[in-house]
Amino acid sequence: MSEVIRIENLRKEFGDVIGVADVSLSIERGEYVTLLGPSGCGKSTLLRMIGGFEAPTSGTIWLDGEDVTDLPPNQRAVNMVFQDYALFPHMTVGQNVGYGLRVSGTPRAEIKPRVAETLSLVGLTDKADTSPAELSGGQRQRVALARAIVRHPKVLLLDEPLSALDANLREQMQVELRNLHNKVGLTFIMVTHDQSEALVMSDRVVVMRDGRVSQTGDPVSLYDAPANSYVADFIGATNLFASPVKASNGKIFVSCFGQELEIDHPAVDGVPAAERLFGFRPEKARLVRANGSVPQGNLLKGRLENVLYHGAMIRSVVVVGEGRILVDTLLDDTFDPARHAGTGDEVFVDIDPHKIMPFARDGAS
Amino acid sequence: MTMGVSTDTVDTQMGRAPARRRGSATARRAETWASNAFFYGMVGFVLAFLYIPIAVLIAFSFNSSRSLSWPMTGVSLEWYARLLANEDLLEALWNSVYVAAAATALTLIIGVPAALALDRFDFPGKGLFRKLVLLPIALPGIITGISMLIMFRMIGFNLSLETVILGHATALVSVVVTQVFARLQRLPRSYEEASADLGASGLQTFFLVTLPNIRTAIIGAALLSFTLSFDEIPVTFFLTGRDNTLPMYIWSTLRRGLTPEINAVGALIVVFSIVLITLSVVLTRDKSGKRG
Ligand SMILES: Nc1ncnc2c1ncn2[C@@H]1O[C@H](COP(=O)(O)OP(=O)(O)OP(=O)(O)O)[C@@H](O)[C@H]1O
Ligand SMILES: [Mg+2]
Repeated sequence: MSEVIRIENLRKEFGDVIGVADVSLSIERGEYVTLLGPSGCGKSTLLRMIGGFEAPTSGTIWLDGEDVTDLPPNQRAVNMVFQDYALFPHMTVGQNVGYGLRVSGTPRAEIKPRVAETLSLVGLTDKADTSPAELSGGQRQRVALARAIVRHPKVLLLDEPLSALDANLREQMQVELRNLHNKVGLTFIMVTHDQSEALVMSDRVVVMRDGRVSQTGDPVSLYDAPANSYVADFIGATNLFASPVKASNGKIFVSCFGQELEIDHPAVDGVPAAERLFGFRPEKARLVRANGSVPQGNLLKGRLENVLYHGAMIRSVVVVGEGRILVDTLLDDTFDPARHAGTGDEVFVDIDPHKIMPFARDGAS
Repeated sequence: MTMGVSTDTVDTQMGRAPARRRGSATARRAETWASNAFFYGMVGFVLAFLYIPIAVLIAFSFNSSRSLSWPMTGVSLEWYARLLANEDLLEALWNSVYVAAAATALTLIIGVPAALALDRFDFPGKGLFRKLVLLPIALPGIITGISMLIMFRMIGFNLSLETVILGHATALVSVVVTQVFARLQRLPRSYEEASADLGASGLQTFFLVTLPNIRTAIIGAALLSFTLSFDEIPVTFFLTGRDNTLPMYIWSTLRRGLTPEINAVGALIVVFSIVLITLSVVLTRDKSGKRG
């Protein structure tokens, strides 16, 4: 693998507004990378700077070892799939797809087969002579993709490519996009604000916050070892609480909304420390009904406030002291509704000491 | 020259207000009937007010006698035949076509780039520039005429059809800028970005993407400009030399009395204008439902 894009200290100001504060990033050839973050965190601005549509205030962009920071879009071997697809309404699907070849002076005889080949790649062979206006949302999406890859760019940029589609089609297109990526072997950089989409589709996720990179990593490490509470909260759900660290009898304890929990994490030693953030995932905890006796385990005592049905699992909301703890229970064959606690019941939350994760205090890792 | 209606804006305002009705079914029906009757009454009245004079004009152009009294004595094409034999009139007609065509061309050359600049570029004083460009259409023709007359005198231009062309173009640039600008505003910027992204140069993008998408607005604006220039009098009155345009010719012959020949010319102008205006409205109408 070799590096295809290198971004160094990129910054973009729009007057007083900071679009991107300071981003450095390296992307390998053939990677599927997503830029993930809430609205306004600078994902689109970063992508548009890579495409050449916005001029950075400072910083450098290298494409395949060449400094392209000041090159206009038509001189970069980078293509973009726009959020609104931006298909030319006065051209047929085939003309749209062939546009990049046409303006670069490719002979007509060569354009036709390449358009046909690219259209078949996205499954639209029979639509070459159709007008974009006659296509469905998913089909337009595919035309936009075909148009952007017809010249085999070094990098394909996609700005929220699936956001205009309804839920079902969206899931189908996620798979198709991933398959297309495997087939053409290009580097994809996709913007999304949907964390599950990012986890499903990417080799690597770049989580952004306020114009900076908060954490980069593959989906598994992001989910299992979020670098900070921001990432933990943004990707999946996390029960967060602030607590000082205490040690006694060789064990380490933190306090979760007033109740002691044992913690066993390599990053937390027994040295008493000032308050910091801790958290655990709802599906790592277990809900135990209180039957007069106190069960074994690393326990929080609380009252079941609500049970939310999610189809494959239920999410229990437990009031613990001042806070609320979420516990997810998988609805598999071992689940017995008769034995599950009802709303208002006294319950215990059982959490493995080494499933509790420590975070830096303010979210900057 | 004060009818530079932006058809683009008119379109979007029509038929949006949701009808809100209350009360029992019968009361509602009665109310609906009354409001329908009132509505159609108004429509009829407005149409009559607008078109009866034109209908009369056209009817009398086919009258076989000279008198302008109802009922007509018979139908004939005599006045149309005479019209074709009238060399002064034909020359005036030709002058009008020349002026309107040249003024329209000039207007496009100035107006289209101005609209592009307004839409694409941010520059200091842009808001003011926009208002100043649009102002002439609101000025009475007399003001445009007099002020340009003074200016031409000052710089020592002789009055001719060419000075008329300059005068018309001044007032009509606003028509083109308004129409083309309105269309550009609705043209997603991403089309041009996509074009550049796919490797097109600025010129390629303009001719292959921008122009095809604003072409109908340009043609529509051109037709409207042509029509407005064709029957313009006040500016022409101040700025023409010895040559007459058609409306000026008609006006001057009228002083010698109303002739059925004039009715025939009038009828032809009406038909011609309606065709052009209709085309213009159709072409500048935004087909936003048909965007890819
Ligand atoms: N052309 C612009 N002019 C002024 N401010 C801009 C411009 N483009 C972006 N911004 C600002 O820069 C910041 C980042 O915007 P950006 O569009 O990159 O966010 P985003 O992460 O893509 O958000 P979203 O998910 O809503 O698309 C925002 O505060 C935005 O208001
Ligand atoms: Mg965005």
